[in-house]
Amino acid sequence: MTLTPLTQNIHPDRGPTGIVEYEGNGGYLAVRDTLANLNPSEVLELIKEANLRGRGGAGFPTGMKWSFVPPDNHSGHRYLVANADEMEPGTFKDRLILEFDPHQLIEGMILSAYTISANIGYIFIRAEYHTAIRRLRQAIDEAKARHYLGTRILGSEFSFELHVHVSAGRYICGEETALLNSLEGKRATPRAKPPFPQVSGLWGRPTIVNNVETLCNIPHIVARGADWFKSLGKGVDAGTKLFGASGRVKHPGCWELPMGTSIREILEQHAGGMQDGYQFKGLLPGGASTDFLVSEHLDVAMEYESIMKAGSRMGTGTMIILDDRTCPVGMIANLEKFFARESCGFCTPCREGLPWVQQLLEGIEAGRGSVQDIEILERQSRFIGAIGNTHCAHAPGAIEPLVSGLKYFRDDFDAHIRNQRCHFKSGDA
Amino acid sequence: MKLNQNIPSPLSEAEISDIEAEISHLPDRKSAAIDALKIVQSYRGWISDASLGAIANLLQMSNEELDGIATFYNLIYRRPVGEKVILLCDSVTCWIMDGDKICQKIKSHLNVEQGETTADNKFTLLPVTCLGDCDHAPVMMVGDELHHDLTTTRVEEIFR
Amino acid sequence: MPIITVDGYELEVKAGTNLLDALLSRNIDVPYFCWHPAMGSIGACRQCAVVQYANKDDDRGRIVMSCMTAVTEGAIFSVDTNNAVTFRESVIENLMLNHPHDCPVCEEGGECHLQDMTVMVGHRNRQYTGRKTTFRNQYLGPFIGHEMNRCITCYRCTRFYQDYAGGHDLNAFGSRDRVFFGRAESGVLENEFAGNLIEVCPTGVFTDKTLSKNYTRKWDLQSAPTVCTGCSLGCNTYTSERYGELRRVHNRYNQEVNGYFLCDRGRFGSGYVDSPKRIRQAGMLNAAGLYDVVSKDSAIEHVRSMLANASKIKGIGSPRASLESNQSLRDLVGEDNYCSGMTNTEREMHAVILDVLRSDLNSPSMSEVENFDAVLVLGEDVTNHAPRLALSIRQATRNKSLKLAAETQLSEWQDAAVRELAQNQRSPLIVVTPMTDRLDEIASQSLRMSFGDITKLTQGLIDALTSDVSGEKQRAGSSESNEVVRGIIETLLAAERPLIVSGTSVGSPELLKRAANLAAALKQHKKTAGIFLCASEVNSLGVCLIDNHHSLESILDEAPEVVIVLENDLSLRLGHRFDSWIAKMPRLIAVDHLDHLTTSKADIVLPAATDPECEGSYINTEGRAQRSMAVFKPAGNIAASYHWLDALRDVTRVPSEIRAALANQFSELQVLDDAAPDEKFRDAGGKQPRMTHRSSGRTAMYADISVHEPKQPIDEDSAMAFSMEGNQNRSPSALRAYTWTPGWNSNQSIHKFQIEVNGSDVAANPPSFVFSDSESFCHYPRGNISNNVLIPQFHIFGSDELSAFSDELSQRVPLPYLRIRSEDAQRLGLTKDDGVMCDQVKKSTPLRIIIDDDLPVDCMVYPKIAELFELNGLDNASFVRIDGWHSPPAIITSDRTN
Ligand SMILES: Cc1cc2nc3c(=O)[nH]c(=O)nc-3n(C[C@H](O)[C@H](O)[C@H](O)COP(=O)(O)O)c2cc1C
Ligand code: SF4
Ligand code: FES
Repeated sequence: MTLTPLTQNIHPDRGPTGIVEYEGNGGYLAVRDTLANLNPSEVLELIKEANLRGRGGAGFPTGMKWSFVPPDNHSGHRYLVANADEMEPGTFKDRLILEFDPHQLIEGMILSAYTISANIGYIFIRAEYHTAIRRLRQAIDEAKARHYLGTRILGSEFSFELHVHVSAGRYICGEETALLNSLEGKRATPRAKPPFPQVSGLWGRPTIVNNVETLCNIPHIVARGADWFKSLGKGVDAGTKLFGASGRVKHPGCWELPMGTSIREILEQHAGGMQDGYQFKGLLPGGASTDFLVSEHLDVAMEYESIMKAGSRMGTGTMIILDDRTCPVGMIANLEKFFARESCGFCTPCREGLPWVQQLLEGIEAGRGSVQDIEILERQSRFIGAIGNTHCAHAPGAIEPLVSGLKYFRDDFDAHIRNQRCHFKSGDA
Repeated sequence: MKLNQNIPSPLSEAEISDIEAEISHLPDRKSAAIDALKIVQSYRGWISDASLGAIANLLQMSNEELDGIATFYNLIYRRPVGEKVILLCDSVTCWIMDGDKICQKIKSHLNVEQGETTADNKFTLLPVTCLGDCDHAPVMMVGDELHHDLTTTRVEEIFR
Repeated sequence: MPIITVDGYELEVKAGTNLLDALLSRNIDVPYFCWHPAMGSIGACRQCAVVQYANKDDDRGRIVMSCMTAVTEGAIFSVDTNNAVTFRESVIENLMLNHPHDCPVCEEGGECHLQDMTVMVGHRNRQYTGRKTTFRNQYLGPFIGHEMNRCITCYRCTRFYQDYAGGHDLNAFGSRDRVFFGRAESGVLENEFAGNLIEVCPTGVFTDKTLSKNYTRKWDLQSAPTVCTGCSLGCNTYTSERYGELRRVHNRYNQEVNGYFLCDRGRFGSGYVDSPKRIRQAGMLNAAGLYDVVSKDSAIEHVRSMLANASKIKGIGSPRASLESNQSLRDLVGEDNYCSGMTNTEREMHAVILDVLRSDLNSPSMSEVENFDAVLVLGEDVTNHAPRLALSIRQATRNKSLKLAAETQLSEWQDAAVRELAQNQRSPLIVVTPMTDRLDEIASQSLRMSFGDITKLTQGLIDALTSDVSGEKQRAGSSESNEVVRGIIETLLAAERPLIVSGTSVGSPELLKRAANLAAALKQHKKTAGIFLCASEVNSLGVCLIDNHHSLESILDEAPEVVIVLENDLSLRLGHRFDSWIAKMPRLIAVDHLDHLTTSKADIVLPAATDPECEGSYINTEGRAQRSMAVFKPAGNIAASYHWLDALRDVTRVPSEIRAALANQFSELQVLDDAAPDEKFRDAGGKQPRMTHRSSGRTAMYADISVHEPKQPIDEDSAMAFSMEGNQNRSPSALRAYTWTPGWNSNQSIHKFQIEVNGSDVAANPPSFVFSDSESFCHYPRGNISNNVLIPQFHIFGSDELSAFSDELSQRVPLPYLRIRSEDAQRLGLTKDDGVMCDQVKKSTPLRIIIDDDLPVDCMVYPKIAELFELNGLDNASFVRIDGWHSPPAIITSDRTN
């Protein structure tokens, strides 16, 4: 029994897993079995039972999300979208699956589509993932040839066509409703919720958007059951997760580990600890839009609730490590510059507020900061930083590293302002 | 909307047929806007005003409707770019891993600033969001090719 | 009606709305930008934030956007809590980061919603020290200026322009803090409703160029409630003046008529008031064929003696003049010698409209049109002939999406969500016209037919509905047309509320009659079926009502000795017959404001006040009597036509006395007086002000002439004063010169004057409909179907009598063209852009050939513009090619360099 279902077929040294090998390892059996023996509501129950939570950042329970899709009254298309936009800085997990095991995603999508009675699927992928796009397209052709895709799949009543949509850029496209607008060929401004995409999504039709990793869990749950899936996690959360670490660690990388693995284990055992000459100072546990955690949190389990309690979020589960020789002010300035640039420009706090935050941080970093700047940063954080203050989750996410950075690295901010220079750059850190 | 049917389309047959293929699995022509822009860009490198007008005509939308979309996305180029675009990651891990130095190196080596095209028209340097290869930071793409674990010497090799 | 708690108070609010709407409706101020009462919510600006509490024990609550929050029974909110106040302050603070400090030179200053909201939230201290984003402005045509730096990115402009008005050439470009709103490149904004951008934009990005050229602040404008005379719909406007010149026209909210929006003809077409062609003095033709300026008294003297010496005196009234002026003429010449100034055909068409309005057929108001869920347009060129109605029809096609929304538990005000849900799904709109129509793009079906064929199709529809298998149907009955008929019938019957739209631009009484018959037939199946017929001019129905069945032709046929023409350029009506008619006219007296073909033929010209210069009553195409008030007193000898005409009889009447005379003779016109209070009305002893309390420089205005404050002119005709004294806030809406309340200096103050948001005016006079819809409709017998080959195309700019005299608007009038099918072109040896002239008429205005194979066979189209008046009324014409002719470039001449 494998403990790394998501990566079992991934051998970066060997190239992508083709359909023959994939099937040889038990691939598409779940599809065959489900289409023959299960009805959609049974699959839905299974996913709910398995307690799978979304791997795209927000961690919303997948079964529950699917259950909001209204029953199929055959009045038109219904859509399933795989979110393969992966642009969250510091995140490099979906690419691994997309490049090396595309059939896993396709199988996951077929099963998911069956569950929600979707007849059309899109894989929304960022344009820079050239290799993944090529391999996905090839895999789709292979799957079509074996009649896993198309009309009346494998002789069942179920039909599903799958397209790859290559994005034209912009981080905001990863936000699921902005993604829908982009798929419709429009400007990628997020939509107001409610209505949720489950009810009114792509072209106004019921739609589910899931992260690539989320979808890849589906075949395994269907094949081996909810209890097995739950047993994979170390603590309350079910399954495994692709965790990653980047920054000044010895062996940056991405690993499939049980949910609930501690930060320390990931950092020290898998990433090999800090590079020589660098000390650990803090980390963003799940991509750029999560709050900093520091040494005191190293034993926190990478588990939705535990990280939340520690004051951050699971996010994408790929950690960015801050070392003692990198300026936290500079790092946060880099992050906010990114978020300001990637604002869609729809709502005021994000559009106007983030550039100001960026300017203030860059000013402090450049030695032009004042005590008042910190007050403004705090005020702007309260203004931008709560879900509901803005139209979508981009801006609140953007503020997380700033708020936590001000909390944990306040000394560094103060020193910048006091000395009117960055003490990291001048080498006296 | 009144369309000017008389503009001879500067789009090639190949471009038109690629675009029509996209349209065929979408509910309406306008939905293919982004695909169409990308198709034409893949043939021409960038989207000139004339191309934009021709695509808009083909999709039965106004220039405004199409350009509003085109200008939203950072990978649709509304100004000429060099033969290859250098997309240099400026996101957080690459920054931590001294991406700035790589950027300086590229700039001085190719004698361009961010957003500029080299004098020989070979390269345009643009910043890009995290390329999803952070375990090998710093990272950049040149054309379709990903280069990672960059050092200043690697940069020199790549642009030799 | 749900009860909600706001800051500890329980409020009963209307169900199904959002909190912002509910709060504003209950007179609680909440700042906002992106929300618009007619366009609903999108949640972009975040200015309307309040705090919502989960329950009584929740003392933290969370920020919600009031415009995006539904009011539900028992919901608890706070507007005043610290969190909400600070958040709203931050919104302004952030909006202001990039907003320029140009209030002193900004045209929005003093009536700027952004200023108001900034003051309202109390943001004062500026801490941002960075640079401001700057943009390059665009040339957007002769009407609208562009100052992008002032933009606060509320998206109202694109939402109005694209979503509401169906425009395609304005969009948001770029992203982040550099979103640009404009065109792809400089050029004229094409949409017929673009002018509303000026009012829709909460700051000074889109400005009114007609105002800019002689800019005046809102507080220095003298204004009055007026009625647009641009077409028969009678949209309500505020017209404003300073220094004796007309400065601008703004929308005046009327829930039942135009709501919040005007068309560009109405907004920018009043320049004729200050036209160089304006007749400002009485004139008499001398022996040399030139005009001598004469004094008022001597002009009156001369006319009187001319009248005294003649026995056959005829008066030609005008559908664009007020009922008061027409009645005064009627009183002068006697009812048997008065005609409405309309031709036989025009009269006959309007008689149909009168019949329909008097009948029990359902004639909706313009705003009610928005509730119909299937629309069939028969022949009428709505966008060009009755433009504002086209905007209502556009909204009507949204009913499908509103229905879908309701099924999905979405409310109409969730604007973006409803549009995303419905996408391109619309209620059916069937457009049957000879020419390509602006509404085609949202039509479920467009059919190109000649007017004759449209008439036959209409009959086919009637037959199908009444299963009356008679001659015509069998004759026309190809299986193809049966198919079309069946399809249309199915659509109409499938709808809950089908609407038939037609109008006088079809030029065919027979078509209008059958459209009415069709509505009646449809009503047998669908009680809710409606019919909307568009009349020609602002007062066509009014004058039709008061003339004793005389047409222009019949009056002229009687060989009169003296003819008095009131505000009417007969050349446009008589067309190719004009020259021969005018030659037959022995003595001509014109009472008018502009130098046109008719006034230029007159022996005596009396300078008449234009509509913004005098009070007048008009009856719009819904049969609604409306009063337009004088904005200012014209200078010199200019006087209201009714005062001139009364003076010729040596009587002096105020307008209400003339209305009394009208009411005496026409019982239906008794409602005229209800449209607005008369001159005797006083509020707290005072008249209603036309100027604002803040009006400045009354003393200084004429300081170059005299340092003494001039006496304000006295208005004997109405209960309004040419001054700032009086209580504007309590005025009846018909006498209110502007909307303005403390803290709400912009037009957004309108909600303070509505019973609730989008409700009727707090002080509206009840609608005064002239016709009671009591008579049961009598089907018209079938008449002959005629078919003209040469048909005029109406244009929003240039097809009415007056607006083309406006400087800016004249630049949008089409150059003469002839639209023909390619086979006709071939037959005539013509190609695209050739120049032709009509060889039946004397003048040789060249027409540029446009090839249009969408035209029905046997149709040729020319623009209905003053220059081509000689083609009017021709059933057919032959054209010859002009050798070596080059089409002049269609350049808009105004300030391109901007
Ligand atoms: C600004 C922003 C960017 C996002 N980018 C991504 C992304 O690149 N990939 C992704 O899977 N989810 C992204 N998300 C999350 C999606 O909105 C959505 O929650 C997710 O795709 C749902 O999938 P899941 O339920 O499987 O996690 C983003 C969210 C926000 C607010
Ligand atoms: S928070 Fe607002 S401006 Fe920012 S990306 Fe979301 S919708 Fe756009
Ligand atoms: S008015 Fe509510 S968000 Fe703009």
